[in-house]
Amino acid sequence: MAETVQEAVPLASAPAAWVKLDDLHVDFVAPGQAKVVHAVRGVDLAVAPGETVALIGESGSGKSVTLRALMRLHAPRTTRMRGRITIAGRDVLALSGRELSAMRGGTVAMIFQEPLSVFDPVYTVGQQIIETVRRHKPMSYAQARQRALTLFEQVRIPSPERRLDAYPHEMSGGMRQRAMIALALAGEPTLLLADEPTTALDATVQIQILLLLRELQSALGLSIIFVTHDIGAATEVADRMAVMYAGQIVEQGPAAQLLAQPRHPYTQALLNSRRHGAMTKGRRLDTLAGSPPDLSQTVAGCAFAQRCVHAIPACTGAPPPMQTLTAGYTVRCIRLEAMAAEIDAHRCIDSDTATVATG
Amino acid sequence: MADTEATTTPHPLLPSLPDLGGPRQPLLTVRGLSRHFALKSAAWFGAGGRAVVRAVDGIDFDILKRETLGVVGESGCGKSTTARLLMQLIEPDQGELVFDGQTVGSRSLPLREYRRQVQMVFQDSYASLNPRMTIEDSIAFGPRVHGLPARAATTRARDLLARVGLEPARFAGRYPHELSGGQRQRVNIARALALEPRLLILDEAVSALDKSVEAQVLNLLQDLQREFDLTYLFISHDLDVVRYISDRVLVMYLGQLIEIGSAQRLFDQPLHPYTQALLQSRPSTDPNHRTESAPLAGDPPNPVNPPSGCRFHTRCAQAQAVCSARMPTLVEHGNGSRVACLAYEPDTGYRANGSGLIMKEPIHG
Repeated sequence: MAETVQEAVPLASAPAAWVKLDDLHVDFVAPGQAKVVHAVRGVDLAVAPGETVALIGESGSGKSVTLRALMRLHAPRTTRMRGRITIAGRDVLALSGRELSAMRGGTVAMIFQEPLSVFDPVYTVGQQIIETVRRHKPMSYAQARQRALTLFEQVRIPSPERRLDAYPHEMSGGMRQRAMIALALAGEPTLLLADEPTTALDATVQIQILLLLRELQSALGLSIIFVTHDIGAATEVADRMAVMYAGQIVEQGPAAQLLAQPRHPYTQALLNSRRHGAMTKGRRLDTLAGSPPDLSQTVAGCAFAQRCVHAIPACTGAPPPMQTLTAGYTVRCIRLEAMAAEIDAHRCIDSDTATVATG
Repeated sequence: MADTEATTTPHPLLPSLPDLGGPRQPLLTVRGLSRHFALKSAAWFGAGGRAVVRAVDGIDFDILKRETLGVVGESGCGKSTTARLLMQLIEPDQGELVFDGQTVGSRSLPLREYRRQVQMVFQDSYASLNPRMTIEDSIAFGPRVHGLPARAATTRARDLLARVGLEPARFAGRYPHELSGGQRQRVNIARALALEPRLLILDEAVSALDKSVEAQVLNLLQDLQREFDLTYLFISHDLDVVRYISDRVLVMYLGQLIEIGSAQRLFDQPLHPYTQALLQSRPSTDPNHRTESAPLAGDPPNPVNPPSGCRFHTRCAQAQAVCSARMPTLVEHGNGSRVACLAYEPDTGYRANGSGLIMKEPIHG
């Protein structure tokens, strides 16, 4: 890791940011068709070493596309990327094929929702991890097996020696997820990208995997970008949260602050659906009318304006700029002051009902 | 299509389905329901003898009229197999279903009649619909099979589309791929209602939807329940949603029913150690008070070879020696609650210690 940093061409970016996205755009073009889908429309994100950032959003918000762009996993033929991705001081979009393969797995590794599609069914899990270990660091087979065993112990797989010789289908869901994390760690990455890694798991297993990720993160000093639609899972792991809507980050800040006092109307709607007391039997659920905009069309102004209860005509005029609320807390909304005034007006009423409910 | 000649019968609707036993009689009574799946290549695995997956292993419960009964449990616990058994999509090995006092499959309630009264909505909204039929045709298909004239069936389909919030003029002629996931699930609900069923089985019906769409569909389901006097069996892994929508909740573990009771009691005071652990496994909502340790270790055991005695004893913090030897029975525990745990059963040899806390003893298999 130290060598990589030395080799790298130093850039003007802030030294604290290990990973930095500047105005990232990802467009998908279907070959032979004029239709262009603007899946990611200007994402700025910085992740410090050892920090966990959760990217939250609903399907189609561009969170997974952003994550995959970090490793340039999108097919070059159908993808156009603009902006800048910097990882460990290197400009990812400028990397050659060879440099890119060294980065994938070596500096940056990824875990997915479905481990069965990550592992090859005809090799044992151990063989695949050993192969990856040796791909990134020259060493003997025996040494690599020892390393694989250590990795299995690290992700707390019971009787690891025996499990190395298991085929993927012989493992239970939670165990496969652990094995996939071990595989991701094989190249000693410093950045772990997690794409909905606990979504398909049962509740009792999900919490185990979330705790494991937290533990690995602090033991290995990993930076983690955790993509999820599940705010609960994000709450368990994230230091910071970024909420995405229609290809943009609409709100970003420290997890505790964002959850306690969301500022963007979309974040408010998203969080309100699960707020304590919102799901009371017999009470109708708050819903968000309409649907996200079609990203193959140009979105004028704020993408959320059509569904927003606070929208004014100005919202559909120009795209709202990112506003910095406090250091490290940004919101993409022009109605912040007006809404803050409204909230203050409502607060006394709300606190009255809250005491009645809890008392 | 074959019905077009038979349209001389003037009935505009299918004959209505009367409430037979009155409000106190359960709508569906399930007794000793079991289904084991034989593993084809069991001999290859050296299991010796025939290995079976005990997907559902002798469960008893009632679904009351006009209630929503939630079903929770982890994957492999038999939730979906139970749903398919109730729907008679797969045949039970053992057990009896009594629908409003009539045994299903008997002369008084043949399967075809029963299936009109029980309909199902699945998780995968796209796979549930025929991609080559317009949604209007998909909804009208069932009523036509049951003898409704084509024109009346189409009218019914359009009425139902409007009822589930899809404007017929805009949506009726569309194909499934032209709709969003939430819209498709509305179509599936409309189709399920087309035969005027009394019981709707919702198997993870909202699980694949985004939160904002999920809320809309949950509201719709509650409106429809009131309007059409429906009874729901609501299967989901999302405990918050189950708590919200259910009147009573049933918890399954490895093919067995381990606890049933009112939603409020079950979520506020879970009795079974597994229910307790399941509820504690929900992620924290407060980043300043995150979960520090996982309530359960490991995955659920394989239902091919379930543990002896209480099936949960291998993961249970309160297990004692007797738990591996003796299978608990489902016993009453006040207020309509039933629980299958030796700690709640008298004279089983389970020693309750005052604190009700962990007292681990070596387990001899």
